[in-house]
Amino acid sequence: MNEFALPDVGEGLTEAEIIGWRVAVGDTVEVNDVIVEIETAKSLVELPSPYAGVVRTLHAAEGDTVEVGRPIITIGDGAPASGGAAEAPRPESQPHPETERQPMLVGYGPGAEQLVRRRRMAPPSVASVDLEKVKPTRRPLAKPPVRKLAKDLGVDLSEVVATGEVVTRADVEAHAAARQPAEPTPALAPSPTTPDDETRIPIKGVRKWTAEAMVRSAFTAPHVTEWVTVDVSRTMELVARLKGDRAFADVRVSPTLIAAKAICLAMRRTPELNARWDDEAQEIVVKRSVNLGIAAATERGLVVPNVVGADRLSLVDLAAAIGELTATAREGRTQPAQMSGGTFTLTNIGVFGIDAGTPILNPGESGILALGSIERRPWVDDHDQVVPRWVTTLALSFDHRVVDGEQGSRFLADVAAVLRDPAMALTF
Amino acid sequence: MSSSTDPIPEVPLVQLLAPSGERMTDPQHSFDGDRAEIEALYRDLVMTRRVDTEAYALQRHGELGLWPPALGQEAAQIGSARALRDHDFAFPTYRDHGVAWCRGVDPTLLLGIFRGADLGGWDPADHGLALPNIIIGAQTLHATGYAMALSLEGLVGTGDPDRDSAVIAYFGDGATSQGDVSEALDWAAVHQSPVVFFCENNHYAISVPVASQTRVPIVQRAAGFGLPGVRVDGNDVLACLAVTRRALQRARDGEGPTLIEAVTYRMGAHTTSDDPSRYRDAAEVDGWKAKDPLDRVRRLLVAEGTTDQFFADLEDEADALGLRLRTACQQIPEPDLAELFDHVFVESTVENRQQQAEHVAWRDSIEGSVVAS
Repeated sequence: MNEFALPDVGEGLTEAEIIGWRVAVGDTVEVNDVIVEIETAKSLVELPSPYAGVVRTLHAAEGDTVEVGRPIITIGDGAPASGGAAEAPRPESQPHPETERQPMLVGYGPGAEQLVRRRRMAPPSVASVDLEKVKPTRRPLAKPPVRKLAKDLGVDLSEVVATGEVVTRADVEAHAAARQPAEPTPALAPSPTTPDDETRIPIKGVRKWTAEAMVRSAFTAPHVTEWVTVDVSRTMELVARLKGDRAFADVRVSPTLIAAKAICLAMRRTPELNARWDDEAQEIVVKRSVNLGIAAATERGLVVPNVVGADRLSLVDLAAAIGELTATAREGRTQPAQMSGGTFTLTNIGVFGIDAGTPILNPGESGILALGSIERRPWVDDHDQVVPRWVTTLALSFDHRVVDGEQGSRFLADVAAVLRDPAMALTF
Repeated sequence: MSSSTDPIPEVPLVQLLAPSGERMTDPQHSFDGDRAEIEALYRDLVMTRRVDTEAYALQRHGELGLWPPALGQEAAQIGSARALRDHDFAFPTYRDHGVAWCRGVDPTLLLGIFRGADLGGWDPADHGLALPNIIIGAQTLHATGYAMALSLEGLVGTGDPDRDSAVIAYFGDGATSQGDVSEALDWAAVHQSPVVFFCENNHYAISVPVASQTRVPIVQRAAGFGLPGVRVDGNDVLACLAVTRRALQRARDGEGPTLIEAVTYRMGAHTTSDDPSRYRDAAEVDGWKAKDPLDRVRRLLVAEGTTDQFFADLEDEADALGLRLRTACQQIPEPDLAELFDHVFVESTVENRQQQAEHVAWRDSIEGSVVAS
């Protein structure tokens, strides 16, 4: 029976997240077969099996963050032992006794290392006994000048609540400031540690990138948002008809697709929406082809890959391109290049059951269209009759430096016209 | 205005074997070996790739702290190193596993340094191969110094093939931005030292593309220092062999140094610690996959009548080597840190011995076996 402990795959990493198991209990694996994909602070990594045999136990579930040195899989010979409950992945791997650490494996956690170092046998003093009892605490991360500041201010770094992963100068100063007025009456001092009723999540990865992009966009491009409510019953009829068409059998046909096409058509009359403000060059750059960004919600956050040359694609090719982009995004495999160079973005907030909103521009673009939820609503028809129709709201945000109200309104009205009556596409 | 991402101007490459497996001709270089010699080169390529992929997997198993993959650069390493004679001397980078293979170093000896178990596994004098240098480009100075010594000792330009010797210094495209490399090129040119500067331009210095590293093709730097430069297809083992043979012979004959730029591509990560998909496109990697250094030799051999049995036997031999590496890696003994003190001086000092004794006393005060870290 062989246990495989999570290795340090990147020089000094302490943990990794299990992204996906490639094997299940009962599977037979050969040496160097890929068994699991993990994500570290540095990269996505596929781990090959060091052992050949039958998978007995997976010690962590997908989504779990596991410390380096903890077992993640047990591989043995022959058939898996019976008893389903014991085989189920545990949400968090059990603490692994120090004595079971395999000295051959390189993966070492800093905590474990401290324990080994502290176990001194001579001289047999009181101090060494005390050290045994001390719960090994991790040294807080801080740069040397910050450590010096803390020392100067008499602040114990382990008591400082860090706003990020590393204690900053500001954290130390805030801690010192909060502590000072309370000193005469220590009982009233605010708790220096994180209260139980809040969770602190480090800002990193897609979240950090999204935040930076949104701040940059919201505070540089003056946004204007316009709405139009439109009867899209004919678009829904078209979607139903195309779904039955053999040419569209292998692609996903949806109102999003028709909206994407409508955007490309409307762009012909109002290319200002396919432009960007180049502040450095003091120029407005009008793009000749439409790289249509499709906002996709993924487990790791919002990503906006774009369909290159969307305006030159036939409807079926556009459907295939959108399908591939969103599938890649959901798998977390979007390449950085697929997210750059976009010229306009379509976001479908309707999938969340939302009517409309004021979308923020993807930085470097001048327009973003939000498609609201499509619902049966009462509608007054040409004969003054109230009839149930498929109705949605389109919301367009545009960069007012590049696009005036006239162009923005015309563009939105054109998109709405195509969705109201797809036959209008012939007029573009 | 031009920017740092402008493409570097193209300079023609010496090519003797196209990716399709067809032979090509060059006015100044040729490969005259028979099929047996090409089969031997192919074996070198396959075994080097197996050493590399197996060690990469060993890192993912947690058996190595780090591994710098050579994937994609095998032809540049094998072609150049097979041009060396026994009494020549090579100064490699940490990625030149194929050079170590050609110099007769047992591949299991490459693992210790990346397991943190030793400081390099072989005696440089036994193999004519220095230990891998981690400091980027510093080995070009060591090579130049060694080459100067060859001249001073009268081992260059005597006309006696058993006596005349040369040196080869390996480095990457990133290293060309280091002052050390410029100093080495200049010194070697001024003193006409018998050294070949072999740059494996694999297009990336960790994440920095070569276009951000230099405004001219690397080979053009040779002209500025006053030595000849040759640009060769680094994925073409026959061309690398021919070009390096010629450059080494010039050096042995006392005609001075040469700069060779072998244009290749790092197919994998810089090391096991980084994620290349964050800084380069899959399409770029796919383009280089089509220029694989092994595939083209295999195509040539198949066309020239090499048997299926040869390829099957080679696969078995590679599998056996893979198993031997895995087993050997786990059997590398835990290092005794006290030994470090033995390697500080040729003849130890009182202070050094004292420090060693202090370390041993501290080590022995700790219960049980100590984790080497």
